[in-house]
Amino acid sequence: MLLLTPPLAWFVVIYLASLATLLVTAFWTIDPFTTRIVQVWTTLNFERILEEPAYRAIISRTVVMAALVTLTDALLAFPFAYYMARVASRRVQTLLFAAVLLPLWASYLARVYAWILILNHNGVLNWSLTSIGLPAPDIGYTNTAMWVVFSYIWLPFMIIPVYAALERVPDSMLEAASDLGARRWRAIRDVVLPLSLPGVVAGSIFTFSLTLGDYITPILVGGAGSSFIGNVIYSNVGIANNIPFAAALAIIPVAIMAVYLLIAQRLGAFEAL
Amino acid sequence: MEGFWTRLLLRVWAALILFFLFTPIVLIFLYAFNTSNIQSWPIPGLTLKWFSSTWSDPDVTSALGLSLQAGLIATALALVLGSCAAFAIHRMTWFGKETVSLLFVLPLALPGIVTGISLQAFFSFGGIPLSTYTIVVGHTTFCIVVVYNNVLARLRRTQGSLIEAAMDLGANGFRVFRDITLPLISTSVVAGAMLAFALSFDEVIVTTFTAGAQNTLPLWIFGAIRLGQRLPEVNVVVSFVILITIIPVLIAARLTGGGATRVPVAATEPPTTTSTAPAP
Amino acid sequence: MKFGALAVALVVVTACGTTPGGGGSTQQQPPTANIKPPDSIGAGEGQLNLIAWEGYVDDSWKKQFTQQTGCAVNAKYAGSSDEMVTLMKDGGGGQYDMVSASGDADLRLIYGGDVKPMNEKLIPDWNNFQTYFKNPPYNTINGIHYGISLQWGPNTLLYNTQKFPNKPTSWAVIYDPASKGLITVPDNPIQIADAALYLSKTKPDLKITDPYELKKNQFDAAVQLLKDQRPLIKKYWALASDEISLFQNGDVVVGAAWPYQTIQLKAAKAPVDDTIPVEGATGWGDTWMLATKAPHPNCAYKWTAYVSTAKVQALQALFFGETPVNTQACAQMEALQAGSCKQYHADAPGSYFDQIKFWKTPIAACGDGSNNCIPYDQWLAAWTTIKG
Repeated sequence: MLLLTPPLAWFVVIYLASLATLLVTAFWTIDPFTTRIVQVWTTLNFERILEEPAYRAIISRTVVMAALVTLTDALLAFPFAYYMARVASRRVQTLLFAAVLLPLWASYLARVYAWILILNHNGVLNWSLTSIGLPAPDIGYTNTAMWVVFSYIWLPFMIIPVYAALERVPDSMLEAASDLGARRWRAIRDVVLPLSLPGVVAGSIFTFSLTLGDYITPILVGGAGSSFIGNVIYSNVGIANNIPFAAALAIIPVAIMAVYLLIAQRLGAFEAL
Repeated sequence: MEGFWTRLLLRVWAALILFFLFTPIVLIFLYAFNTSNIQSWPIPGLTLKWFSSTWSDPDVTSALGLSLQAGLIATALALVLGSCAAFAIHRMTWFGKETVSLLFVLPLALPGIVTGISLQAFFSFGGIPLSTYTIVVGHTTFCIVVVYNNVLARLRRTQGSLIEAAMDLGANGFRVFRDITLPLISTSVVAGAMLAFALSFDEVIVTTFTAGAQNTLPLWIFGAIRLGQRLPEVNVVVSFVILITIIPVLIAARLTGGGATRVPVAATEPPTTTSTAPAP
Repeated sequence: MKFGALAVALVVVTACGTTPGGGGSTQQQPPTANIKPPDSIGAGEGQLNLIAWEGYVDDSWKKQFTQQTGCAVNAKYAGSSDEMVTLMKDGGGGQYDMVSASGDADLRLIYGGDVKPMNEKLIPDWNNFQTYFKNPPYNTINGIHYGISLQWGPNTLLYNTQKFPNKPTSWAVIYDPASKGLITVPDNPIQIADAALYLSKTKPDLKITDPYELKKNQFDAAVQLLKDQRPLIKKYWALASDEISLFQNGDVVVGAAWPYQTIQLKAAKAPVDDTIPVEGATGWGDTWMLATKAPHPNCAYKWTAYVSTAKVQALQALFFGETPVNTQACAQMEALQAGSCKQYHADAPGSYFDQIKFWKTPIAACGDGSNNCIPYDQWLAAWTTIKG
């Protein structure tokens, strides 16, 4: 109990207090000229968000993108993690694990910037494809570009928990399944998938929430009409200094993640983090 | 149990994923030698001039210094607080356990912009000026989670019987901790610390909202990208950081994830795996 | 207290708008108007914390300043001029000394009480400033200087010379479906003023006289023009380097830009050029302002005096591609790069400044005394709906 006091105090005093401050601010408003906060209780900020179709479009774009990126990363990561955990030799396993961790050390910003070079009109992708006689996809500065870059940036955060979960599936269980005559794919479907589900859910917490809260990738690789919730929050904090409105907007991803986390907890994802 | 074709297919898939992961990093290395400060394909020419200009740029060195400083302090704080939390939660059986464990995951799961603006609102509300310390506080908040997860994962897989046996043999609490518990959790602590540091070192969003007049390395990079006048310097710095982290990352991978326990007993004693946390 | 603050703010908004330009007549006094600036500069404090545009505190002139004065300079780079307002909250928070704010942020800083009066007599080069920039309406109120002008520049039309062999003469090209998907404009709410400026010439019946003071119908027309433009846009650029990359890599052929982008692209041999179309252009004028709670005021004054000298003004102008306010900088620019003084209009006569509509904070009070102009927070909200 004594052990718990310092970390819990840290969280309650700093983190929860901060979140609570934010929540309260959302019900205030600002003076438009001096941009000072006026502490009058109002639900004006929420009404504005609900009434304006542009905000609804931005919210659904953000959520759909977060879901798509999560799905993509799960599909990309699963076979890779399966190979790492169950096929690769120990040596290869160590190397692959390091290879997944290493990109995390290459600045996020620099990696996103490198993607601009790949995706733009005269970029690496169009150049490579046209030089082997294929049509240029020309996806630079579009939502497709954002989807590719987000999937890239957060992929390691999906691979690692899925790998962790797959490694915990005991060989003996698979052997038992095949002894009982289960076909290979059935064994994967009935044994491996359910046992690795907490890993996938744990990874999805990262990919989903990271996409949900990002605002830099849309600025750099998005085109016209690519604003995320994060961009609107950022421009209201950074540009207009309208913290109450930003706070009201921030409650949306918080609410979404709260639901997500409760479901994840049910699915046992925290054990697999 | 996998057949030849399945293995081949998985191998090809793994190769494709590695290609996907490393293409941008190869480009970062290449464009550190770019003669132009505008990135265009193919590269217009090669030069070494950015290397000397990067190291003579005091902004780069001070940003690098601040990032190291903030990362080290945040990691140290997170190690203490995160391990405490993991031990406490591990021993706990009372009903609040679920709630508390959910609470500890929050800074990791909530979008970084939410953490960032709520901390900023909190600091401005409390009249605390933004400084190196506020950066450290922000980073510590999510670094705790990483350490906590790693240590807790290891504790869950440690048989309590070992500790009980030591106690039965007359060891006192401190000796049990020093001789049994500490060796058991040490690799998970190292892994947690590495990841916590990595996250702190590359954090942009929370730092944007909690930094004062100081620039951490990612903030310097964002500034340098804005006008792009010295864009290749960004690539020089990033390449340098990748190169010096290869060895520690390999060691950490070996210690924690790289199948250190892929032996027949794996079924009864699963390996400790590194949990990662994103920059919140 | 809460309502009191609101009421005061309303008075401020009403009063300061009724006498635009500040020339002679009295405006509502900002909260810091009674703080008396110093009569002399004391010993330096050894430190100086600045909020600046990237490129405004470059090593090539910062180093010498530190050598001369012993003031070590720490710069925090802001992404937008309005982000500066956020950083400067609470008079710089006892942390920041100065900010290099642009005209659209200045009034908010002044009426927010975040900056305090400065004594122009302590800046020897102030007498050499272009007349307009000695007392521009965005930083001087009732004859009190809330900062010292630094540099200025126009927002230009940048185009690809291969796609436009003939120099475009009108902003119409960025609203033209012929260039669909090949246009870029800044990701900045103040862009509404550019649309309003264009409409003031092409739709005279809207009677737009000042692109920053827009009545509801004028504002709506400008917003509609930008909404119609939206499908033609490849990208709203947020960083100068974004736009450079867009032009260099063939993603766009025409757009609104700063002279900086033109200079960088030309240096990379990209086929581009820029122009100020017949409708005129918006522009920015930057000011070094002193934080109300500046912890190092002596170093701040030393810095302002230093960056106002002809030599540093010329260095900064050529580094960033903007124009000095110090008329003596012309010769220095010529020495550094022949022909640059004329190219940047550093020798422009006073009448030239009538063509440039300098950024200022849009507020509810209109120049004609009425109070129904659209304030800045609605500009931002409209900009979000335009971009989608």
